[in-house]
Order: sequence, then C-alpha cells, then structure tokens
Amino acid sequence: MTAAIEVRGVAKRYGAVQALAGIDLEVRRGEIFGLLGPNGAGKTTLISILAGLARADAGAVRVLGHDVVADYRAARRLLGVVPQELVFDPFFTVRETLALQSGYYGLRDNRAWIGEVMRNLDLTDKADANMRALSGGMKRRVLVAQALVHRPPVIVLDEPTAGVDVELRQGLWQFVRRLNREGHTIVLTTHYLDEAEQLCDRIAMLKGGRIVALDTTANLVRRHHALYLRVRLDGPLPGELAARALDAEGGMHTFRLEDGAGLEPMLAAFRRAGRRTLEVEVARPDLEEVFVQIMRGER
Amino acid sequence: MSGAGGESSRPAAAARSAALAGLATLLYKELLRFWKVAFQTVAAPILTTLLYLLIFGHVLEGNVRVYDRLSYTAFLVPGLVMMSMLQNAFANSSSSLIQSKVTGNIVFVLLPPLSYVEFFAAYVAAAVVRGLAVGAGALAVTLPFAPLGVAHPLWAMLFALVGTATLGAMGVLAGIWAEKFDQLAGFQNFVIVPFTFLAGVFYSIHSLPAFWQQVSRFNPFFYMVDGFRYGFHGVSDVAPLASLGVTGAFLALLSAVTLALLKSGYRLRQ
Repeated sequence: MTAAIEVRGVAKRYGAVQALAGIDLEVRRGEIFGLLGPNGAGKTTLISILAGLARADAGAVRVLGHDVVADYRAARRLLGVVPQELVFDPFFTVRETLALQSGYYGLRDNRAWIGEVMRNLDLTDKADANMRALSGGMKRRVLVAQALVHRPPVIVLDEPTAGVDVELRQGLWQFVRRLNREGHTIVLTTHYLDEAEQLCDRIAMLKGGRIVALDTTANLVRRHHALYLRVRLDGPLPGELAARALDAEGGMHTFRLEDGAGLEPMLAAFRRAGRRTLEVEVARPDLEEVFVQIMRGER
Repeated sequence: MSGAGGESSRPAAAARSAALAGLATLLYKELLRFWKVAFQTVAAPILTTLLYLLIFGHVLEGNVRVYDRLSYTAFLVPGLVMMSMLQNAFANSSSSLIQSKVTGNIVFVLLPPLSYVEFFAAYVAAAVVRGLAVGAGALAVTLPFAPLGVAHPLWAMLFALVGTATLGAMGVLAGIWAEKFDQLAGFQNFVIVPFTFLAGVFYSIHSLPAFWQQVSRFNPFFYMVDGFRYGFHGVSDVAPLASLGVTGAFLALLSAVTLALLKSGYRLRQ
C-alpha cells in the first residue's frame, strides 16, 4: 500500500546551516506520526518541503504517491497543513477565511462542510467575527479549520499547541484523535513529549537535520529499559550510595538502574548500610527521558 | 465528521475546472481586500487626482495651450487619470503581497494547488480592476472641470488595460522582492512616482528641450500616458501603435521576469 508520506534522501541547506542532511522516512496510512526534536533540528524545514513552502536541495517527497514538486497539485490537495505561526488575514471574517481557503482548492460551494468544520471546532458563534477580534486560541482553531476545508486525507500539525491553554490543548488532541479514527493520517510536531507519547503510534526524532531514532512509541520507550528507583530511607544515605543518587527531592532519593535485576542488590545495599526502606517507587523512563538520552547521544 | 478522501484521480477537465476556481478565488480575495478598505484604496486617490487638477488647472489654465488647440485642463485630465490608474495598480499587488509576507498569511495561498501562473494572473487582474475603478472615479470627478470627448474609446481602453496590467505585474515583482515595508516604499517613491510624474502627465514632451525629449522616450510610462491621451484627444506625441508596441513589450518583459521568479520560488518558497 502506498505510504501516506514518503521522504527519500531529502537534504536542505540554508547558507552555512545544513537544515536537513538526507532524511528517509515513511508515514503509514492511518497512523499518528510524531516528529520530535529540539529547536533547529529540521522539523519545520521537513514540513515546509512536504507542504511545498520550501524546495529541497536533494531527494524527493511524496504524499500518497504524488511527488510534491512534479505532481504538486495532487499532492497539495491531499495534504492539510496547520502552520506553526499564528497567522491570519485581518481583512476577513472566519467564514470568509474558510470560504476563500476552500476556493483555492477548487471547491466552489463548500458551505455545508465549512459549517460542519466550524461546529466541530466551536467556531460557529464566531463565524462572522473578523479574524482580528479573535483570541489566540480561536485563531489557532481557525488555522486547523483552514487545513481541513478540502478534506485532506493527510494532516500535518506543526506545533499546534504551542502557547495555547490547557483546555484548548486537550480539546485539540481529542479532535486529532477523532480525525485519526475517521481515517486521516496525522503528522505532528510538539514540544510536549507527554502528549506525543500518548498520541503517536510512531515517532521520528531529529537532531541536526538527521533522524536519530525512528520507531513505535512503545519500542522507543522500551528500548531505553533503564528503571528509576526512588526510595525514602529512615536515615541519611551512606557515602558510597549517596554518590550514586541522581537527586534527593522531598526526602526521596533517586537511582538509575540498568534493568529490573538491579533492584534487589540496591535494596540489599541499603540494608547492609543499616538503613530501613520506608517507601519505594519504581518507574520506567517516559518519552521525555528517552528523548533527552537520545539527544545527548546515549543509547 | 468524516473526510479522509483517499487518492485523487480526477479527470483532466475537472482538474482544469478546479484550477480555474482557484484562480477565480484568489482574484476575488484580492478584490475583496481592496474593496473592504475602498475609502483608502479608491476614494483617496480619486480625491488626490481632483486636487492635482484643481491646483495645476487653476495655475496654468490660460497660460499654456497644448497641441495648439487643447486647453491645459483638457490636456491634463487623461494624464492625471492614467497616472492614478498606474500608481494604484502597482499599489494593489505590491501592498497585498508585502502585507501577506510580513504577517505570514502568504502561506494560505502557497499551500493550495495554485500554479505560479495562476498566482500571477490573479494578482495582476485584481490590480487592473483597482486601477480601472480608480480611473473611472477620477474621470467622473474631473469631467465637470474639463468636459472632453473620447475620440478613440478603444485605444483609451486598450492603454488603460495594458498600462494597469504592466503596473500590476511590476507590483507583483516588487512585492515578491521586498522583504520589508520600507523597501517597497523605496521602490514606490524612487521608481514609480518619479517615472509616472515624468511621463508627460503635466506637459507634452514636445515642450521639452531635445535632450529631455529623448530621455523621456526611455520612460515606458510615457507611452502609456501618451497613448491613453490619444484615446481622448486624438493627438499624441508618439503614434499610438508605436506606444502600444513599447507598452506591450514592457509588459511582456516584466511578466516573463516575474513569472520566472515565481517559478523559482524566489523569496516565497525559500
């Protein structure tokens, strides 16, 4: 089956900066795919090339089999992009903005669908308000609506929750899940790694224009099988154990264990030191820790 | 809500129709954009034209006769109307593009499946419409001061169309080149305004010394003004066909350069 998005050998340089240094990846149909990486990793450059907003120096990108340069009309009709910046045209109302966006895609009478999109994004009350009069959150919703007016099967959200309040963020992710259930392929970038962990089926991590990890979210977390042991003892840590503690917060000492087999020797060491364990927590690393490890170049 | 469409396999005719609808929508958006602020984009330049006529007409009427038979005010009206059309055609496409670039909303027209030719055509067509709207208004308010006949209406219309299209194309070129408002203002103040003022709007180039007559012939705007005036008075400094040839060639050159830049993605698609 044709991939929703296929990226082959894509490179892009801006002056002295190698923004992308030969990226290969495939986004499968129907999945929620996360692009993670620190600022300057190349996420937005990759999305810009995918959306036709930037030209790759080398390589090719296809949307459902259509090359974004050679067959740009088909590729762009199949793609909806929510840009990172909170941009709007101050001349128009919400309804006009959405009608114009439909028209650019060749849809002459799209009122019914626009009405449905506005209802789903709670924009109906603001339909005839000028874009300037909307709050930041509402403008963000209009950006999402604009990306959906032509019913694209593949939707790209470039940090859609940057700077929005918790309520809108949750609402937006619910909406994204719903779109995904209805068959849309979703590609997103976000700085909220807990959200990426909850939402994404697969994740690619970028650093310096290269993919440094690409796997299912579960595998990425599992691959980094270190455990974190947090304990409260009945006294201070003896010297040799104190040196191994990562931190001590609220009376709880944190240790990093390579795997589960390291747990019992650690508890035994506390006993040998004459300390009684009052409280124990064992936690797997979350995506954020995996992310930090990968970005530091650790396995 | 459902919407995942799957791969598209529209027949060619449907794709052409969608492309035309895209172009028509961009044109409509550009028209709506200036019409929503018509007080500033249409009424204000009409008033400016009227003021030019009142002041220059008052000062020079009776002192200057042009082509031996025309009163100065009658000579002045077509030139002023053409100047306002040209300046506003340029302002329409250039200001729309620079505003969209600076605010970032240019992305809304770069993401859809519009070709660079459709993009160019929509901006130029909107510039033509604004130029003609300002021209019609300027003509309407100046006519009471200098009733004039239209000797060759088709020539007048033709020069109005080609002139506004040329400045519309120049506006697209300036709009994609400029990255800041002051760069565009520089282009407008140091290129458009001097070239339109020195295009024979206020004088016949035959009244100039021979050297400046020759210099004026290198100003493409001169041919637009001269040809447009021919449409009203039936007299001109240069044969209208020659003026049309120069203007048309200038439009073709500007369009070719602008289209090549748009195709390359210059300052729009990084």
